[in-house]
Amino acid sequence: MTIHVNHQLLISIFIAMFLLPMQINFAADPLSFNRLMKKQAEKNPPPSRDGIHNPRSEGTKALQAPKQAFSKMIKGKAGNHVDWVKSLSEGKINPRYDRKDPKAKPIVMDLNIVREVKGSMPDVVYPHAQHTEWLDCSNCHPAIFIPQKGANQISMASILLGQKCGVCHGKVAFPVTAKTCRLCHSKNKTKDKNKVEKVSNKK
Amino acid sequence: MLGNYTHKKKGRVITSLMILLFVWLVFANSSPVHAEYGDLVLNENAENEGMPPVVFPHWFHRIRFRCKVCHADLGFKFKAGGSGINMLKIIDGKYCGACHDGEIAWSVENCALCHSGKDKQRTHVHGSTVNKLVLPIKNK
Repeated sequence: MTIHVNHQLLISIFIAMFLLPMQINFAADPLSFNRLMKKQAEKNPPPSRDGIHNPRSEGTKALQAPKQAFSKMIKGKAGNHVDWVKSLSEGKINPRYDRKDPKAKPIVMDLNIVREVKGSMPDVVYPHAQHTEWLDCSNCHPAIFIPQKGANQISMASILLGQKCGVCHGKVAFPVTAKTCRLCHSKNKTKDKNKVEKVSNKK
Repeated sequence: MLGNYTHKKKGRVITSLMILLFVWLVFANSSPVHAEYGDLVLNENAENEGMPPVVFPHWFHRIRFRCKVCHADLGFKFKAGGSGINMLKIIDGKYCGACHDGEIAWSVENCALCHSGKDKQRTHVHGSTVNKLVLPIKNK
């Protein structure tokens, strides 16, 4: 008799274990807030809790936690939640330009490229200076960007797909989010243009 | 006799409820945890060859080196798994081996420091925008 009851109990627990999480999934409130928005994840978790490291690996336990490394850097809005460009320009970090020579200085080119864009979005100002602090000319030219005015077709779709600027921005360099649009789209359209638009709108 | 039986039953109900509560807590309240933006999981060959996948933390390396060092001097492609790296190249001083030689950084005998990934992960860039979009995007 007791064995029989135990069996029933075990079976019911077993079924419940599988059904309950499913039920929670299906019973999600259809009128809930942020239906398609992904849950805010924990910022800068240690390797043992980050979901890609094996928490039982001895190696994982020896690795540095990002929070510890980022504590001396300047906070940012997206990506790693640190501002890499500011942290570099203000000397919070001092990454080597040559793997063996800590004193090697980067060859910085100070040239801004303005790209006029469609619609109301501010024009894009591309600063060579910040990019050449980190990169070599050959990283982008000529494979990703042809070094010639008007020769490069760039769209937000291609960037989101990981092409053009998206080769880095969206993977390592700051990603495309509402908080980062204005980092590139930084030059408001000229006032004269706005005036003409406003007049034509009234008609 | 009967009282003893109901007492036992109560105990079972409580344990089963506690188990259910535990299961519910595990499944329903687990908030998403994400690795660092730019972390690479590399598993082109590793698991096929019997080693755990490699995790490469971009953030750690860019504190110490500029992009140019790896991506211009050492020939790393701008694509996860795109450089065709294997241990032979590393011990010959190419790619990771250019620094992980026991002089600039710790050497290759520390297998588990790189091969520390969870099992059965595909090669990918963690937290990349293209993987986080609600809808897939089409190029125009």
